[in-house]
Amino acid sequence: MNLTQTRPAADAVAKDGRGKFPKHKLEELRGRGYVMFCVLLLIVIIFSIVYFIASRGLTPFASQGVSVGEMLGGLKWSPEADTPRFGALPFLFGSFATSLLAAVIAAPLGICAAIFMTEMMPKVGKNILQPAIELLAGVPSVVYGFVGLSVVVPFLRDVFPGQGVGILAGGIVLSVMILPTITTVATDALRSLPAGLKEGSYALGATRWQTISRLVIPTTLPSLMTGVVLGIARAFGEALAVQMVIGNAPHIPHSLTQSAATLTSIITLSMGNTTSGSLHNNALWSLALILLIMTFLFVFVVRLLERRVKHA
Amino acid sequence: MKKSLLVLTTLALSISLAACGKNNNANNANAGGSSSAPASAAVSGAFSAAGSTALQPLVDQASKKFMDLNKDVTITVNGGGSGAGLSQVSEGTVQIGNSDVFAEEKLKDADAEKAKELVDHQVAVVSIAAVSNKDVGVDNLTKAQLVDIFTGKVTNWKDVGGKDQKIVLVNRPASSGTRATFENFALGAKSEDLPDSITEDASGTVRKLVSETPGAIGYLALSYLDDSIQALKYEGVEPTAENVASGTYPVWAYEHMYTKGEPEGAVKAFLDYMLSDEIQGTDVKDLGYIPVSDMKVTRDVEGKVSNK
Repeated sequence: MNLTQTRPAADAVAKDGRGKFPKHKLEELRGRGYVMFCVLLLIVIIFSIVYFIASRGLTPFASQGVSVGEMLGGLKWSPEADTPRFGALPFLFGSFATSLLAAVIAAPLGICAAIFMTEMMPKVGKNILQPAIELLAGVPSVVYGFVGLSVVVPFLRDVFPGQGVGILAGGIVLSVMILPTITTVATDALRSLPAGLKEGSYALGATRWQTISRLVIPTTLPSLMTGVVLGIARAFGEALAVQMVIGNAPHIPHSLTQSAATLTSIITLSMGNTTSGSLHNNALWSLALILLIMTFLFVFVVRLLERRVKHA
Repeated sequence: MKKSLLVLTTLALSISLAACGKNNNANNANAGGSSSAPASAAVSGAFSAAGSTALQPLVDQASKKFMDLNKDVTITVNGGGSGAGLSQVSEGTVQIGNSDVFAEEKLKDADAEKAKELVDHQVAVVSIAAVSNKDVGVDNLTKAQLVDIFTGKVTNWKDVGGKDQKIVLVNRPASSGTRATFENFALGAKSEDLPDSITEDASGTVRKLVSETPGAIGYLALSYLDDSIQALKYEGVEPTAENVASGTYPVWAYEHMYTKGEPEGAVKAFLDYMLSDEIQGTDVKDLGYIPVSDMKVTRDVEGKVSNK
């Protein structure tokens, strides 16, 4: 039955394939070609971005008389002065301080939200809380910056000494921005925990809280940390929202509510005003190169954590 | 079916990319059949302008009017900052580079040759006023007082005759054209980025911070002045368009539109249109700039002011 039905169809294919190439082989070739083309294009794009940033970012060190030590350890940033100085340590400090602060605020919130959604009230979590948190990821960063400038900064100005801008304001705004990343990764990690483990714990008479604190969290810790590191990486690269609330003074602040700056905020502030090829412009590319290297490090850390998950 | 769709999308994408590349080159070939255009000498082509965000609203508005008059002309106006505008016009990626400062001030040293190739078209004057929070108790500052404030020598309003309140500086980035104008013509010196100061590039953000932060001082183009902040007199002179035009208020700068070499075709027609009464008399004033033709004084690259 089957044979007689498929036979005419196969004949048609052979005729369509114009003898030499059967249709399915041509399809195979076309599919492979298309995928290979896209992958090649992707590789070219990635490498040209890295090459471009590196070639611009290394120029100040190679031929414009700025030393790597000054860039990484110098405290004074005055690119337009008569004797320009390029000390980027205040920006490195600012970037790390804001991202870590954001992670410190967002990690407990995100992980608790994930526990609520998976262990405590899966239905409410899945239908209400998860969409609400995922919504946060879709809000444009300029909106976060504007809300930060209109709500967070005046609030901090009233409560703490100083002008309200600074690392604390930046950290608070960033913590909301990275909350979806941490929550999503944590939820996936908790959901993928084998049910047998938890059932075993309950069978031994453990309460729900004991199960969560002694079994669920320790077992999934590497995955939870992956989420936190991804969140820090996201916070590290965020520019616009931070720039609006941090104050952008190129100095290491003495308190959390004193004007500070990050690598990204200084790049977005000045890039458009400088001409390409000028020392100031190239120094900004150096900052971009530092950002790129930091991102590679974060990816590396995530990979390490993932490896621990697989081995565990 | 799905695969052919994919192939089609890729093709469409690459074609549109290629088209983008073409758009960047001025196409000054006169096309026939433009009889519907009301302009006497019909021009056509596509070109783009990029650069200063302070000048962008004016160029944007003028380009829309110009395109309404000349249906065969397509003008793309982008921001990006004065530095980017000058780089791009010098490299030929755009046909007009908008800048808040003279090209010679940005393209220095090794790039000085590039500045010589650029032709300056001064289309408007922008004036900058020192502004403060409303409750500082001061409405006039001398040049010396401003210098003291912006270099951190004076940190309390009571030292310049105001209330006992800490001064909060709201500065612009060191590379900003607005800051360069303010430093050159109000302070006469470069200012430092002090530890407690705030630095913002966007005028709207500066205005918001100055209006809300107690004791804040900053500077804004006249078009951004409103009731939420207090414009400070400079040496007793109020920052108004009349005082700028007469030369009594010195803190102002030209808005430049640079072309690489003398402009031709549609670009030239557009620049002529920018300087015509149609734009200078209405849009320039509406958007808070001062028409170049109103100015009774001129200023050269070195900052020398002379009567017209």
